[in-house]
Amino acid sequence: MANVSPVPQEKVGKASPPPRTPPSQASVLEFFRTISPGLPQIEFCIQCGSCGGSCPAAALLDHTPRRLFALIRAGEMEDVLQSNTPWYCVSCYFCMVRCPQEIHITDLMYGLKTLAYQRGYTRNNKATHLSKVFAGYIEHYGRSFELGIAARHYLRHPPANLVGTAKMGSAMFFKGRLHLRPEKISGMTQLQKILQRAKELETAL
Amino acid sequence: MTNSNGKEGDHRVGVYVCHCGSNIAGVVNVYEVAKWAQENLGAQGVVVAKEYKFMCSSLGQKLIEEDIQKEKLDRVVVAACSPHLHEKTFRGAVARAGLNPYLCEMASVREQVSWVTSDQTAATEKAKAMVAGAVARVRQHEPLESIHVPINSSTLVVGGGIAGIQASLEIANSGFHVYLVEREPSIGGHMAQFDKTFPTLDCAACILTPRMSEAGMHPNIELLTWSEIENVEGYLGNYTVTVRKKARYVDTSLCTGCGICQQKCPKKVIDDQFEVGLGYRKAIYTPFEQAVPKFPVLDKDNCIFFKKGTCRACEKFCAPGAIKLDDKDEAITLNVGNVILATGYDMFDARRIPRYGYGTLPNVFTSLEFERMCNAAGPTNGAIVLRDGKTPPKSVGIIHCVGSRDHKYNTYCSSICCMQSLKFAHLVKERTGADVYNFYIDMRTAAKDYDEFYQKVLEEGTNLIRGKVAEVIDGGLFDEKAGQLIIQVEDTLIGKQRRIPVDMVILAIGLEPKRDAGNVAHQFGISRGANGWFTEKHPKLDPVATMTDGIFIAGCAAGPKDIPASVSQGSAAAARVVSYIQQKELSLEPVRAYINAEQCSGCRICNGLCPFHAISFDEVKMVSEVHQALCQGCGTCVAACPAGAVTGSGFTNQQVLAQIEGLLSVPIYPEILQPVAA
Amino acid sequence: MKYLFYPGCSLHSSSSAYLDSLIAIQGKLGLEFSEVEDWNCCGANEYIALHRIPSYALIARNLALAEQQVNGSNTLVAACSACYVNLARTAKYMGTDKELNTRVNDALAAGGMHYTPGSVEVRHILDLMCNKLGACKVKKLVERPLTGLRVAPYYGCMVLRPDPDKRWRDPESPTALEELILATGAELIDFPLRTHCCSGHMPQINTETSLDLIHRLVEGAVQSGADLLITTCPLCQLNIDGYQAEMNKQFGTSHKMPILFFTQLIGLAFGLSPKSLGIGKEITSAAQALARIGVKVEPEPPVLKRPPKDQRLPMPHMPKPYGDDL
Repeated sequence: MANVSPVPQEKVGKASPPPRTPPSQASVLEFFRTISPGLPQIEFCIQCGSCGGSCPAAALLDHTPRRLFALIRAGEMEDVLQSNTPWYCVSCYFCMVRCPQEIHITDLMYGLKTLAYQRGYTRNNKATHLSKVFAGYIEHYGRSFELGIAARHYLRHPPANLVGTAKMGSAMFFKGRLHLRPEKISGMTQLQKILQRAKELETAL
Repeated sequence: MTNSNGKEGDHRVGVYVCHCGSNIAGVVNVYEVAKWAQENLGAQGVVVAKEYKFMCSSLGQKLIEEDIQKEKLDRVVVAACSPHLHEKTFRGAVARAGLNPYLCEMASVREQVSWVTSDQTAATEKAKAMVAGAVARVRQHEPLESIHVPINSSTLVVGGGIAGIQASLEIANSGFHVYLVEREPSIGGHMAQFDKTFPTLDCAACILTPRMSEAGMHPNIELLTWSEIENVEGYLGNYTVTVRKKARYVDTSLCTGCGICQQKCPKKVIDDQFEVGLGYRKAIYTPFEQAVPKFPVLDKDNCIFFKKGTCRACEKFCAPGAIKLDDKDEAITLNVGNVILATGYDMFDARRIPRYGYGTLPNVFTSLEFERMCNAAGPTNGAIVLRDGKTPPKSVGIIHCVGSRDHKYNTYCSSICCMQSLKFAHLVKERTGADVYNFYIDMRTAAKDYDEFYQKVLEEGTNLIRGKVAEVIDGGLFDEKAGQLIIQVEDTLIGKQRRIPVDMVILAIGLEPKRDAGNVAHQFGISRGANGWFTEKHPKLDPVATMTDGIFIAGCAAGPKDIPASVSQGSAAAARVVSYIQQKELSLEPVRAYINAEQCSGCRICNGLCPFHAISFDEVKMVSEVHQALCQGCGTCVAACPAGAVTGSGFTNQQVLAQIEGLLSVPIYPEILQPVAA
Repeated sequence: MKYLFYPGCSLHSSSSAYLDSLIAIQGKLGLEFSEVEDWNCCGANEYIALHRIPSYALIARNLALAEQQVNGSNTLVAACSACYVNLARTAKYMGTDKELNTRVNDALAAGGMHYTPGSVEVRHILDLMCNKLGACKVKKLVERPLTGLRVAPYYGCMVLRPDPDKRWRDPESPTALEELILATGAELIDFPLRTHCCSGHMPQINTETSLDLIHRLVEGAVQSGADLLITTCPLCQLNIDGYQAEMNKQFGTSHKMPILFFTQLIGLAFGLSPKSLGIGKEITSAAQALARIGVKVEPEPPVLKRPPKDQRLPMPHMPKPYGDDL
């Protein structure tokens, strides 16, 4: 696939990550069933291609959504979890509203992201890093903090056009659209307790 | 109740337990059941109880016949399969031996016993109970006679498309009268709109018009075009139908079909019906040149005379003076014996899917519009051109499954669109040499010579892309594709999203039931399936009959299908009708409801409940009456009557209660019921 | 009419213009918004990438706060499309998925909170204005019609899809912003890409692809003849506004297509000052476009030649979904 963004390789000199094991096909299908209970499951996919045809990010995907479903049904779990598809999803929901079998594709993509992250497939994934940085701010301040997120993320993954991005950032700042300090909610302890408990209640993936 | 010996209260019952090979005998101990019946049911009148391998075989039936003669039986119980299968068989055997067929009762020890459990002990006990129940019931049976209804030899065919025309010709050629009612000004239906038909590429009009003229000229066919069904009453063999002949404003006895009125009419209107909005007609018009009948109709909603009181050009120029501007609708009553509904289909409304651009992007056409375009008598005289009316396309995209196979629109497959789309691919290639792309999910070319047609299209170099099209976008928004349409689709065979620029897009829209199919079904008392198509009596074995005797369905009204299938169904329905007519009189099953006039209080609760409108109220006698021929023996009124004045012959209270007593007479103790192995 | 209001993180920072304009017009529309006290971030599409139940719990805390907050209303209004989808989706799924409801409320209980599914109605501000108030009401309040301003609507994705509560008749062919534009007296521009994705958070992940999508949208708007775009989503506004310079550089174009929030347009039609509506905070300036307001467009001179024979095929009838009384 010539036009697929490769996942950046591990830097030389770092300790190698622990070996990853893909989940079983049965557990993935079961997980999907909890995401869309009572709704059409991927067994209903007729491979029509409406999803891949509608996706704004299609040129970047190594597997279109319907191909991911076919891979899951074929048991190719390693390929599925290594796929960059869920990470390029922009949540436009085109696939979901156009699917003739009414499969909740976007929700399943979110599920695949969580699955890949929790099974250790995303160590060098740029999109996962953005999400992690974002999540970090939520878990400490209760709100997002654009300057902080941008700074942390770009430090690890510098933007292609550094000058242009810096220009835009300063323009935003001077228009009053970029704050220098994060806002923090009062109920931060409460939120942390809630999130802690919620993590315990996560299905082991 | 006397038996055949003349002795009061003493019946002679024969019990026959079928092995059905190992179907029953493998679970139920048939020998034990027969022996038990012989030994224990003597008080109930059982004089002989036998078991046999296959009761439905000719030897099995002979067994019953001989016993009836030898043992002087007056009641018969057969413990075997479901009555749905062999009730008729055993009734026939009993009748041949000289006994009234309704004195035979079946106990379904297969479907209700051996096929629902593997516990042999429990099964045998239950079989005994069922035999006891059947014996108790059959003692209460009375001999019944079939009801005979005379059959009117005229037939009503609703819908003048190819199926309706075929049915009408078959019946007319058999020598019987047919009324062919069609709501458009001419018969011909959708087939008259097509250009070429697959797979032979016969010109549709060339093969249809001979049939149309034959129907128009046939002495036994009375054409009632530009007419609607107003009301239907009656039952098999005797339907009374009111038809409203809409005002044509043309005197058909004087009109010669010269067409001058159409030429001279100054009012041009977009023809939404025949030309599918792509062409024009006049306010006074025939839908197409070869219309049958040839008489035009006047569209009064668009006629200058009816709007402003002026013009009258048609009247001025009509030589025989056939224009009748004071014409009125006329109601006529028809008496027919049978009805064939061949009302056809409507097309899916492509405006429901805005992302395909129909109605907003000029060069997106529907399949039916494209048929008109290809037709030599159509709005472009057969030239394939873009919306500007003159430029031929250099590339065409044909999108399959528009509005079909989609849970948001219609879930079913419309059956003909794959072949129609391949046909278009061929026509485009042949007439313009343009690049053609077909976008499909699955290629459905299943019938005779269809796959060969597919091979031919492949040979011509059509691009077949497997993917359901996501969007059709105006090319003017991207780079230098102005004037073109971009089809965005995932080519699933290579796993990539593609953006293919084309000049013209054709949407293969699906077929849908006619918008007023619900009304028609209601008028004629038939049902429709979940998708709105008329329901046949049995989807595999009885595709042209309905659950209402005397009403038949043919063609696409029963579900999407191609022309050969519609024609076959038209002939099939005609054959059924002719077989009824030939019998002159039909015998109907006597399992019907009957109201005891003395007990009826005239409350009329049953009148509204009857699903077959079979109960009427006699104003003079002030009691309700069941029309025996309309009644289907469903039992609703029997249950509903507060006074218990309604009995179902063949299903009286005494019979049912006796059966319950018999069933309960066999004690089935808990300890002998072993848990079924998991 | 009182409503609970969930601003979301963007309205407090990058899209403060949206909040400014919303507050500026609320009084005139007869609306009173009270911010949910101590609301937290909804997690956008980032938190759910990592955790499932925690992301629903994160969102549900806001629903629980809304349920508790007494202000005479149980309708929670969101302005940001992503916040709206998160809140609406969570509210709906907690109602239909018993397992999810149990777990999320278990987590909330750890913080002493609880959300009863069905107790809060979630709506987007566009839905509120069009389906509840109605464009006709907005039209009546217009003091300064924006005649001559050519405005194209841009919905983006999430306000219309997946539409868990079925607020819209058709997610691909909406009429809401169109009705509002007509109500302000501006000229409505037909913009075919109005429901196409702006690329969301893609600029931070794969800039090239996102610039391509942004390029298409801006190019399409320019070709449609729009003076400016109006939108309902902070991220759409940021992508088209903030990244336009970079997009121009990448594709060698020099477009200046301003994009404002629809509330800002309505505020202008109400006669409010641009500054009070946050106009001027946009990076691609709207000043030139707005300078056209009040300028009458000269009618075209009559064509004196006899037109050629019209052999065009007629187009299918399309029902007019809006505009009869606007």
